[in-house]
Amino acid sequence: MKEGKLKGCLRLFLSFFRIGAFTFGGGYAMIPLIQKEAVEKRAWMTDDDILDIVAIAESTPGPIAINAATFIGSRVAGFWGALCATLGVVLPSFAIILAISFALREFADIKPVKYAFMGIRAGVLALIIKALITMYKKCPKNAVSYIVIGASFVLAAFVKAELLLIISGCAVFGLISFLIAERRNRA
Amino acid sequence: MILLELFLTFFKIGLFTFGGGYAMLPLIQEEVTARGWMELQQLIDFIAVSESTPGPFAVNIATYVGAELAGVAGSICATLGVVAPSFIVILIVARIFDRFRESRTVKGIMTGLKPAVVGLIGAAVLSVAATVFFSGGFTPAVLYDGWLYVSAVIFVLCLIAALKKLHPVLVICVSAVLGIGAGYAFELL
Repeated sequence: MKEGKLKGCLRLFLSFFRIGAFTFGGGYAMIPLIQKEAVEKRAWMTDDDILDIVAIAESTPGPIAINAATFIGSRVAGFWGALCATLGVVLPSFAIILAISFALREFADIKPVKYAFMGIRAGVLALIIKALITMYKKCPKNAVSYIVIGASFVLAAFVKAELLLIISGCAVFGLISFLIAERRNRA
Repeated sequence: MILLELFLTFFKIGLFTFGGGYAMLPLIQEEVTARGWMELQQLIDFIAVSESTPGPFAVNIATYVGAELAGVAGSICATLGVVAPSFIVILIVARIFDRFRESRTVKGIMTGLKPAVVGLIGAAVLSVAATVFFSGGFTPAVLYDGWLYVSAVIFVLCLIAALKKLHPVLVICVSAVLGIGAGYAFELL
């Protein structure tokens, strides 16, 4: 590996380590920090690139943070860049959670902790519902969306169908309806 | 072998989740509870931990489940598993970037996947709600348990706070304080 490339990889690792260590909640919360590091500080890419990355991250599997790190890393320094950036963004959560998981076991049976979690569970439910509302707002408001939302909800909640089947089915349904709509628009 | 199972299970979760954050919750819930690795309640508790620590939810939860089941080696396998699909797919997509961006197939698939995630999380909300409000099962006795009403009040307050864009960490702090307060109040009664 050339020295310049090695340096590039190290920079990627450190930048994404910082991003991973300082964003709470993950996902979209990470985008402003990525923008700051990758555009303003390092000039690895432009604001337009960041928008593209968000769009790509939304239409590829996996967490947005990982997608963005791998993408930027590979753009800047190929495979090794991707590897360094991804390792960097993953390591802080990995280390922190590993430490916490041991602490959780120690403290889980203490009375105030038990009471706290009785309250926290209701708070978590509220947070999930808020996330649900945000995601609903991002869906296009048309018949296809409503059909898919309704069908996937009923199949998962009441029919208890396998989620992988539901997800694959919705993907195929979306693709077919998209192609039909396109053909109709052209005609 | 548990390490391989952890890797493969989280690989599957990583491969079939689109969109960030809680999009992963339905699959994690299905896989982890169906295998008897964890109760839903433990998962809900951990969501609170994940919201209060840095990093993506997916990595946090993989590390946690792995550590609970098989220690450090388990957490490494689960985390590698959840990260690997995005890593591989993005390496490929970065090469065919323009074709991927303009692809009608990708657009079509996404018109189905985005609303699917909403429906699936909706279903997950139902089971989370059942666990939060009726942790001991849905019996008439539940109605005489003060915690049901305390939970309901905390839930409504937190939902309002969350919708008013109070930071998730603060929402969790508020709910924890209310929970501790209610717990000691019950002791006094």
